[in-house]
Amino acid sequence: MNGGLRVQVGQLARRSILRTLRQPAQIVPALIFPLFLLAVNSGGLKDATNLPGFPTDSYLTFALAVPFMQGALFSVMNAGTDLARDIETGFLNRLALTPLRGAALLSGLLAGAVVLGLVQAVTYLTVGLIAGAELAAGVGGALVIVALSVLITVGFGSIGLFAALRTGSGEAVQSLFPVFFVFLFLSSMALPLELLQTDWFHAIASVNPVSYLLQAFRSLLIEGWNAADLALGFGIAAVVLAVGMVAASGALKTRLVRT
Amino acid sequence: MAIGRRDGDGIEVEGLVREFKNGPRAVDAIDLRVEAGEIYGFLGPNGAGKSTTVLMLTTLLPPTAGTARVAGYDIVSDGPLVRSSIGAALQEAALDPLLSASEHMRLQTALHGLPKAERVERSRELLERVGLSQAADRRVGGYSGGMKRRLDLALALVHRPQILFLDEPTTGLDIQSRTALWDEVARLATEDGVTVFLTTQYLEEADALAGRVGIIDHGHIVAEGTPAELKAEIGRPTVEATPREPGELGRLAAVLERFGPSAGASPRGAAARLEGGEAQLAEVVRALDSEGIAIERLQLHAPSLDDVFLAKTGRSLEGAEDDEEAEPEAEAVSAA
Repeated sequence: MNGGLRVQVGQLARRSILRTLRQPAQIVPALIFPLFLLAVNSGGLKDATNLPGFPTDSYLTFALAVPFMQGALFSVMNAGTDLARDIETGFLNRLALTPLRGAALLSGLLAGAVVLGLVQAVTYLTVGLIAGAELAAGVGGALVIVALSVLITVGFGSIGLFAALRTGSGEAVQSLFPVFFVFLFLSSMALPLELLQTDWFHAIASVNPVSYLLQAFRSLLIEGWNAADLALGFGIAAVVLAVGMVAASGALKTRLVRT
Repeated sequence: MAIGRRDGDGIEVEGLVREFKNGPRAVDAIDLRVEAGEIYGFLGPNGAGKSTTVLMLTTLLPPTAGTARVAGYDIVSDGPLVRSSIGAALQEAALDPLLSASEHMRLQTALHGLPKAERVERSRELLERVGLSQAADRRVGGYSGGMKRRLDLALALVHRPQILFLDEPTTGLDIQSRTALWDEVARLATEDGVTVFLTTQYLEEADALAGRVGIIDHGHIVAEGTPAELKAEIGRPTVEATPREPGELGRLAAVLERFGPSAGASPRGAAARLEGGEAQLAEVVRALDSEGIAIERLQLHAPSLDDVFLAKTGRSLEGAEDDEEAEPEAEAVSAA
């Protein structure tokens, strides 16, 4: 990365981080809502651990993977609505009049998602462990969980950027949130894939990438180190990020019609 | 093909057109020339094509047809060179309410590639110039409209542009803020030699600031010249009268129409352009007296740019925007 591009990314990242930190309405729901659902699910579904083949006797440990995914979904909304607001207010035009490069804009905007992802991951993990969840992979596993969580958050955030650039509307970006939540519910969120008895649900959950992202977290929490699960989880997250960035770059070129 | 810039180049536009999908021509083959160091006022009602023209000249919107050179560079083939030569404060003060003025300046100076050592000094200098030093560390969300506009202007100047585009810079501002901004714009042109392309729907703004004025309506330039030339072209003053009894307004208007076509007036009054010039004023007074219409107020107005607009388009500028559709700017910036 040359000096000019580095400065551009750095300054836009700084702005993105400042914006995120100065909007408690972005941070607080992204922290509280997943933890609330974790408390409800781990209390209400704890008898599921009695099912034959359930991988752990702690439903809290099993369910702790879910907040990382829910938190990542918030990043879609946050990154997207921030950019949509820049489009609506004309701030993007201001940026377009500078020698700003598209790559710098997208990378800088995702910096806020990185910070939010870090705060979320550390909070979920800390609260989960305090509440009694297990972490079979130890301290190293905790670091990998945080890294995976940030990668997923950034990947989903890039989809938010794409949506914002395509639509230019904060409302349109926010309408994506329920759609993503459907993906979460149609996954192995509540039970392991092997224990899903309803055929159609099992079929959908089996092809839903979210199931494998959850499994990557669960492998670290429940089993220890499972290279295959981790590779699949990181691989899917990387693909989501790559697809999101390619799509967002294309949408940015369309949006910025400067000559 | 990039063409080298010549010192002192202003703006040259030939046959510039912008069409939007399923819409009319927002800008329809306009020609204009702005000399270096000049303040050019681009006057017209909402939807006339002012902002679309600015978006094209600032390279944010490709023209459908025609050519334009800004600071000597072609707006289509030399976009980056045009952008490096211009500053722009577009229609809405596009600021981040969560950042302070200092943080805006820091971002803008860095994105324009100013050396690190120069960024702080340039920011301090510009914030002082626009009178925002005291508020530099406050978040912009709490600024007044005038403060936002002044910050917008400072941000447009960070890279010392040769040409400055100001798109309705004082819309919505109180008279004090408006005057302060006028002073600053005038200073930029006279002291720093900056060429200013200023769009406005305020007649007094164009009159006070612009060396030359172009009047645009429905995408066409309908008149161009110095304010004095344009007014002289019309040459006829307007007489405006307010009856003592509001019920006499209709009769009053009928009397005035004997002396010339009606013109814009206050809601309680009527006005007419005097075809025979100021000399007819005495006749107007006699006519009103002979009709027995008591007058509360009688004023003679010298020709204004509104009169020019009225003469060229058949409508008053003040009311014209009610007939116009908003310029399709949202489509402009999102044009696929």
